Amino acid sequence: MTNPKNSIADKKTIPSIYPTKTKLQVTVIFFVILALYLFSMKKTTEDMVNGLDGALGNMFRVLAKFFPPNFEILKAIWNPMLETIQMAIIATTIAAIITIPLAILSARNVTTFKPLYYITRIFLNLLRTIPDVVLAVVFVGLFGIGIFPGILALIIFSLGILAKLISETIESVDMNPLEAMRASGANTLQMIWYALVPQIAPQFTSLVLYVFEINIRASVILGLVGAGGIGLTLNQQINFYNYPNAMTIIIVIFITVIIIEYISTKLREALL
Amino acid sequence: MANLTLPPKPKNSLYKKTKTIIILILVAALYVWTFLSIDIDWARAMERAANNFHRVIPRLFDPDWSAMGDVSDKMFETVLIAFAGSVMAAILSIPLAFLAAKNMMGIFSVIGKWILSAIRAFPDIILAVLFVVAVGPTAFAGVLAIAIGSCGMLGKMFSEIIEQIDMDIVQAMQANGANRIQILFTAVFPQIIPEFLSYAIYRFEVDIRASSILGIVGAGGIGTMISFASSNRNWNEMGMILLAIIIVVSVIDFASAKIRSKIV
Repeated sequence: MTNPKNSIADKKTIPSIYPTKTKLQVTVIFFVILALYLFSMKKTTEDMVNGLDGALGNMFRVLAKFFPPNFEILKAIWNPMLETIQMAIIATTIAAIITIPLAILSARNVTTFKPLYYITRIFLNLLRTIPDVVLAVVFVGLFGIGIFPGILALIIFSLGILAKLISETIESVDMNPLEAMRASGANTLQMIWYALVPQIAPQFTSLVLYVFEINIRASVILGLVGAGGIGLTLNQQINFYNYPNAMTIIIVIFITVIIIEYISTKLREALL
Repeated sequence: MANLTLPPKPKNSLYKKTKTIIILILVAALYVWTFLSIDIDWARAMERAANNFHRVIPRLFDPDWSAMGDVSDKMFETVLIAFAGSVMAAILSIPLAFLAAKNMMGIFSVIGKWILSAIRAFPDIILAVLFVVAVGPTAFAGVLAIAIGSCGMLGKMFSEIIEQIDMDIVQAMQANGANRIQILFTAVFPQIIPEFLSYAIYRFEVDIRASSILGIVGAGGIGTMISFASSNRNWNEMGMILLAIIIVVSVIDFASAKIRSKIV
């Protein structure tokens, strides 16, 4: 993308800020990306019945079926929506508690025993690669349909993110208080409690709130695989081709997510 | 030791104290409400877990290698969906980012910021549900969902980058009589392109994860196999799928981190 734009500048005898070799590299990369893009577009659209033009023309006609949304069902979706928020609250709380030992173990400056640090790091990295919905599918298979597998999936999913963010916060703390305490004979637990905790408490709360936002979005969709909450209701309405009802649910999700993100952003601004 | 005294603690104002107390009461009320009204059927969940445990967990760790061909085909499709979606999102989000950047649009940037946060409030999979209805259950529905879903976050990041550029260069060019197009190409773009690319590549990482689940609602990719495997209770195949996701996501995360550290 860079190159064609820079070549416009070149014509006006302004010396280019990039050497020729870089420009050649960028051109090659640009065409590789373009080729890959065209290839993936071809691959992803090849099994469409009417081809791309038919589908795009059709799209607006079908999307019009979602309107006007049927607001009469608001009463019925109130409960699943609250259930979704409760799932996120419980999961975030439990994840925030479990994450503390994990985060300390995966912080380079506190865990000086290298093998332990690397094992926790690799474990957390693997945990983060599994999408939340896949976790929910496995837990639904294990515990049956309901909110319990959903909460478990959210806990595991947010644990990976939270532990990584908090361990990075721990790694960036001021080590002087900890060393001063060690010099005056404090043990490891005392060091963590009196020197580390006060330094990371505001960031910790802020990150937990951030993960709560992520969990709200995640819990909304877990119901699609049977793990409770509003997603379950949405899935039923889509399967019954009841699009106006589905649109109402989508609007409710949208508003809830916006409100919770607004509150959480304000709280985080006040904290930091 | 006797005459060593601690410095006096800072006095909290009444306002601050009441604020803390109110927040604490609100949080406590939230938890009481949550734990009282949540309804988990423990007996049933535990009974099912006891019955299913040996059927699910050992099989997950014993992947079905015969499904490797199908799984790698679908995983490849997942990567293609994520790639096409990310490229589309990167292109779509550039005009949106300029619209939302305060130093480019002035007061009108509020409109752009609202559009972007509205897009971000939709979870990807909800968009996929809409697009599956609209264009049919194909991989292209996934591409559209990824493209629209990603341009919310990319547009926000891009607009923050644009807001941080060195405006002196822009002003110097204005003073020399350059028109808006010239300013855009020679003063703005060179400053933002490396970071743009870095965020676009980062978003590709996120999109790989997102596109691997879109198939659950019928939008193509490996998610299709996830929903088949779970409804057939074929946990060996699920183990293979999980393995494929873990490997592909790790490899792409690693490669993308390397590329990004080179660009910026």
